[in-house]
Amino acid sequence: MAVEATGSRMELRKVTDYVWEIPRTGDMLVPGRIYADRETAEGLLRDSEVKKAGGFTPALRQVLNVACLPGIVKASLAMADIHPGYGFAIGGVGAFDMEKGVISVAGVGFDINCGVRVLKTPLHRNDIEPLKEQLANQLFRDVPAGVGSTGEIKLKEAEIDELLIRGSSFIIEKGYGFPGDLEYTEEGGRVANARPENVSRMAKERQFKQVGTLGSGNHYLEVQWVEEVYDIDAASAYGIKKDQILVAIHCGSRALGHQIGTDYLKTLEAASRKYGIPIRDRELVCAPINSAEGERYLSAVNCGINCAFSNRQAISHLARIAFARITNIKPEDIKLLYDVAHNTCKVEGHDVDGKMKKLLVHRKGATRAFGPGRPEIPHAYRSVGQPLLVGGTMGTASYILRGTEKGMKDCFGSAVHGAGRALSRMQAKRQWRGEEILRELKEKGIIIKSRSKSDVAEEAPLAYKDVDKVVNIMHNAGVNQKVARLRPLLCVKG
Amino acid sequence: MPYAYLEHISDVGIHAEGETVEKAIESGAEAMLNVMFELTTVKETVDVTFGASAGEPALLFVEVLNEILSIQDRHSFAFKRLEVRELKKTGEGWLFIGTAFGEPFNEEKNEVKTEVKGATYSGLIYREEQGKHVFECVVDV
Repeated sequence: MAVEATGSRMELRKVTDYVWEIPRTGDMLVPGRIYADRETAEGLLRDSEVKKAGGFTPALRQVLNVACLPGIVKASLAMADIHPGYGFAIGGVGAFDMEKGVISVAGVGFDINCGVRVLKTPLHRNDIEPLKEQLANQLFRDVPAGVGSTGEIKLKEAEIDELLIRGSSFIIEKGYGFPGDLEYTEEGGRVANARPENVSRMAKERQFKQVGTLGSGNHYLEVQWVEEVYDIDAASAYGIKKDQILVAIHCGSRALGHQIGTDYLKTLEAASRKYGIPIRDRELVCAPINSAEGERYLSAVNCGINCAFSNRQAISHLARIAFARITNIKPEDIKLLYDVAHNTCKVEGHDVDGKMKKLLVHRKGATRAFGPGRPEIPHAYRSVGQPLLVGGTMGTASYILRGTEKGMKDCFGSAVHGAGRALSRMQAKRQWRGEEILRELKEKGIIIKSRSKSDVAEEAPLAYKDVDKVVNIMHNAGVNQKVARLRPLLCVKG
Repeated sequence: MPYAYLEHISDVGIHAEGETVEKAIESGAEAMLNVMFELTTVKETVDVTFGASAGEPALLFVEVLNEILSIQDRHSFAFKRLEVRELKKTGEGWLFIGTAFGEPFNEEKNEVKTEVKGATYSGLIYREEQGKHVFECVVDV
């Protein structure tokens, strides 16, 4: 069945109950494919008909625009948390042929390798309940957060270069973590081909004081408990059980990543003209992957990826120390479950028409979700698939999912990254006040620590889509599978 | 200052106007800074003069906004406003010199709102209408 938008050329065809397709027409090189249920699909179509104030491109049209980029393989994809971004939709995934394809700033975003890591403690929910307020205050003191925050790690320029090349291992050697953490970080906490000479001095200067800081906006450190386990085998492999206390950390490459994005937006704008790349929207400026500009940008993105891994690594250490101060456990008792990256483009091997092929996979607000057997997955998890860490909101559930074989075939092993926004920040601020949200969450037993009341209102739980619904779409589509549902106890925000 | 915010689900759309291109750029800078700080809590004790260039006014607008973010971050300042010193069109494009005013960031004193990561080409517009110059773009937050 097809659902057509009146007065618009946008059209969505139902492939299954949870997969909808924008058929290939006109300049499209591949179809668009969106993970959605009927209600979500119809909502996306309605939004695509309306010319938004300011002329911003609706999410479905962004999926369509990406489908027109040179060298795109198989489909322009969007995960179930799809909402409008810039260039790519948030939740957008685009895989490109290494010879004919392009690399795009909009497919990565400004917050390179914004991602989530989850730490597992040996504590039970009942151990933390009486210490919650104390723990929240300690974490708020020890983990720098908010606009303009600086960390305790101050690096010199040569050290920044080393951090950009070596990622988490560099920061662990500085005393922030344990060598075992590396195995449980995507890419071992370090991607290759990171060349600091392609990162501007300005970008490096902006990072001197920001290693180990959360930032603001939707970034957080949350203490959660396991409410429900769906997949006992996978939960057992991941080392999690009902009522266990976990710690989720969501942040990225901070200002270094922002500056890399800013610098290369200009470079790729010029490259788009130089190489005559047919882009439907200026926000999709890009360069051929194998051009000098494309290669420089990719190596700079890799630096940003390593920077973000080391940032989350440093914050993990600060959280471990804070827990040790308030509870009776030692820092080394807190193990890393996994660390996943959201805003990246990475060279990966995928099966395309029966042949393994190297592709550059952009995931913008989407997560890598490799299925069982892939060598990139830690040995202990390999039989069940990669853990996926899906953040909810301050007041709602988060999830641990796992990657599947079907996900490898259908969407280059990708997953949702969160609930996805339903209301704009302005709508949220008009609807709620920060103080109200804090009070309501406190009544539910959730403590929020934030330096910005305005940020709290913007991040109100109801400003986001229903995370249960988003996750169920991916689960029912068979590309991600539910392992456990988590509930927040306390949240430190920027 | 004549600026407004445009609905955008993920980020923030900025609409800035002025009787001249210079004034419209100044409005846009204030619109962006107002996303980051409660500007009434920011004093003017430091100023930084900087340059920027681009092939067309819309790209220059993004360039200037990003330069403000970069300087502010590198020096740990909170900026309040921008004054355009010089703006001219040459054979190679548009050249800009401006001064940003603010103070060293003080967590206790400067009320923070939301961090802006960068100005983007999304929804990027420059137009002249009824004697007004208008810029619009999305800033990533």
